[in-house]
Amino acid sequence: MPLTVGLLLALSFAVSLLALAGLIWAISNHQLKVEQEDAYTIFAEGEAGTPDVDTPKHAPEIDRNQYDVRRAGLDVVSRPAVLLLVGSGVFWLVIGSAFGLLASLKLHLPDLLTEQAFFTFGRARTVHLNLVAYGWLSMTGIAVAMWVAPRIFHTPLRFARLPVVGAILWNIGVASGAVAIANGWTDGEEWLEIPWQIDILLAVAGAFFVVPLLATAARRDVDHIYVTGWYYLAALCWFPILFAIANIPYIHSGAQEATVNWWFAHNVLGLWLTPLGVGAAYYFIPKIIGKPIYSYSLSLLGFWGLALFYSQVGMHHLIGGPVPTWVVTLSIVHSVMMFIPVIAVAINQHVLVARNLWAVKESLPLRFIAFGALMYTLASFQGSIEALRSVNSVTHFTHYTVGHAHLGAYGFVSLIMFGAIYYMLPRTTGRAWPWPRAIAWHFWLVVVGFTIYFVSLTAGGLLQGFAMLDATRPFADSVRVTLVYLEWRSVGGALMTAGHLLLGIHVLALLARGPAWVPQTGYHPEPAVES
Amino acid sequence: MNRIVPLAAVALGILAFATVLLVIAPAAQIRPLEGTPGLQPYTQQELRGREVYVEQGCVYCHSQQPRGPEQAPDAQRGWGRAAVASDYVYDRPHQLGTMRTGPDLLNVGARLPSRDWHLTHLYQPRAIFDWSIMPAYPYLFEVKPEAEPGDVVVALPKDDAPDQGVVVATQDAEDLVAYLLALDRTMPAGEDSVRDYGYESREPRE
Repeated sequence: MPLTVGLLLALSFAVSLLALAGLIWAISNHQLKVEQEDAYTIFAEGEAGTPDVDTPKHAPEIDRNQYDVRRAGLDVVSRPAVLLLVGSGVFWLVIGSAFGLLASLKLHLPDLLTEQAFFTFGRARTVHLNLVAYGWLSMTGIAVAMWVAPRIFHTPLRFARLPVVGAILWNIGVASGAVAIANGWTDGEEWLEIPWQIDILLAVAGAFFVVPLLATAARRDVDHIYVTGWYYLAALCWFPILFAIANIPYIHSGAQEATVNWWFAHNVLGLWLTPLGVGAAYYFIPKIIGKPIYSYSLSLLGFWGLALFYSQVGMHHLIGGPVPTWVVTLSIVHSVMMFIPVIAVAINQHVLVARNLWAVKESLPLRFIAFGALMYTLASFQGSIEALRSVNSVTHFTHYTVGHAHLGAYGFVSLIMFGAIYYMLPRTTGRAWPWPRAIAWHFWLVVVGFTIYFVSLTAGGLLQGFAMLDATRPFADSVRVTLVYLEWRSVGGALMTAGHLLLGIHVLALLARGPAWVPQTGYHPEPAVES
Repeated sequence: MNRIVPLAAVALGILAFATVLLVIAPAAQIRPLEGTPGLQPYTQQELRGREVYVEQGCVYCHSQQPRGPEQAPDAQRGWGRAAVASDYVYDRPHQLGTMRTGPDLLNVGARLPSRDWHLTHLYQPRAIFDWSIMPAYPYLFEVKPEAEPGDVVVALPKDDAPDQGVVVATQDAEDLVAYLLALDRTMPAGEDSVRDYGYESREPRE
């Protein structure tokens, strides 16, 4: 056994180092041909230097929207898919938040709604997770990809009707999955609860998203694939494979199944939701500010580092558990290695934002996205530290981990998706947001709500962990110390849910009676660009 | 980075490498294991009870993987010795869990061997522990005017009992309790059992 341990660890570590060295060599020798000027791929000719903010105090003389109006030729093609996906995503967000809030309340009001199995904690919590992960985050993330891909590839979305069909099938899959779980039909593993029979439908629906994006990338009208495209293309290769392998029924069991479970569950975050979020941030931040990211070649390190290290981190969910020592240690090592790609992304995105703080004031979408990007850095740092054996002994099995999961899936990915929605919908529909102040309200509701949420679970989780490690204290102590924090978590969750309702109503209002989205002064109508 | 095929190929290669290390290699090590000596397969009733456990989502608050004494005082809490891979050969789907909102249950059958205790606790956990935040499961029980032959009546303090009639366990409740009582891995694990020994260099926690 020690031989296996040593060999596999050494092998994986050597390969990772080799790959990293190869990457650095490739970059320094221009093998990968990524140069700073490639970072301008997101701009139309002459557009760089033109901020795209809502209240252009900073540069009032600039004819700020002419470029986007030109792009409308692209946006029109992807519009049906984007609108259906965003609409569905927001719908699942609202329903998913309601279940989340219910689950949160039940942890400090355990006799609330106990008469039906449908509402029991174990099911409400699981319906929440599946609705927000597969309904809200996945559908909105795909919507953003459908909208951004044509813009970075400078060509309209191909097979633009396929994603509409895909979205309908995916919605049926998510809805039936939630109904199944609520009625006790589940595959029984975390993140893999949706019965495999329904997963087949989701897998088919997924193909309707992958084909158009690959076809669009293949027929792009620009040589370079912008960094956002790397993340999207890779995520679209990774997720279907992860999803298929982990959901094949009847082949795994026992402790071995647990390794498959966490290989999948952590990669849903690392190789699916994270690329969707980071990829979107890589497009919107420079696009809105009007300047390219700080160091384009550094983004290579961020991308390949993510692929190499994140794919191996899942076993840190089984530290101290009944699985081989070497596989746990391997995941811990890779969790710590995640500092490298995260710092690379952080330098690229935060430096650009920090040098252009005016844009955060003048663009509400950027405010959400820059905040989300910052949360990516924090969530990743926290995750790396949490994987250390000494820290994990305290935080594992406690509410601390739930806080961490929400820092990633909510603080990071959801916030970026909110910003993307606020930016995309006017440009997609030609209608402006009817109540701009509601956007600021949404921002503050979810930021304040989430801060309360995160701080209470982190503090409560730590106290819970310390109580459980202290053999002189009864187990009851580890429950009692969390109660007040669980109540505060419900307060935070309620504020977040209120923000989501506001978003939902605002999206409906925009579609129903949004005023025309007026291109700014100096605009001269031009026909939409072909190809 | 101007080509799709190499990008996709390398991305997939990396995922394949991760799959070899995190899925295939552990499987090669764990799958040949036989059950811990003394571990019995579940009976039909226990398996039905296990389904109830999975359907209710018990795993979201209860882990089934006690940690070793060098990492945490789980054994002192009565949760059992450190779990090893061979303890789970009959578990499908696995219910290892990642939360301890409630205690670990891998050895709950050995720690709390009373059927009546479990029935009362499932019907209303706060009838036993005033601090408990576990959901009550009244829908796993029936209230009848009076018990019929073969009914399992749930003992309840006056405050938690219905005003009229008696509370009897449904088949689901009886099965679930049979499963809980079967959770017992107190038999010794072998010296070279598979588990995460990463804390072994440390002193046991007192």
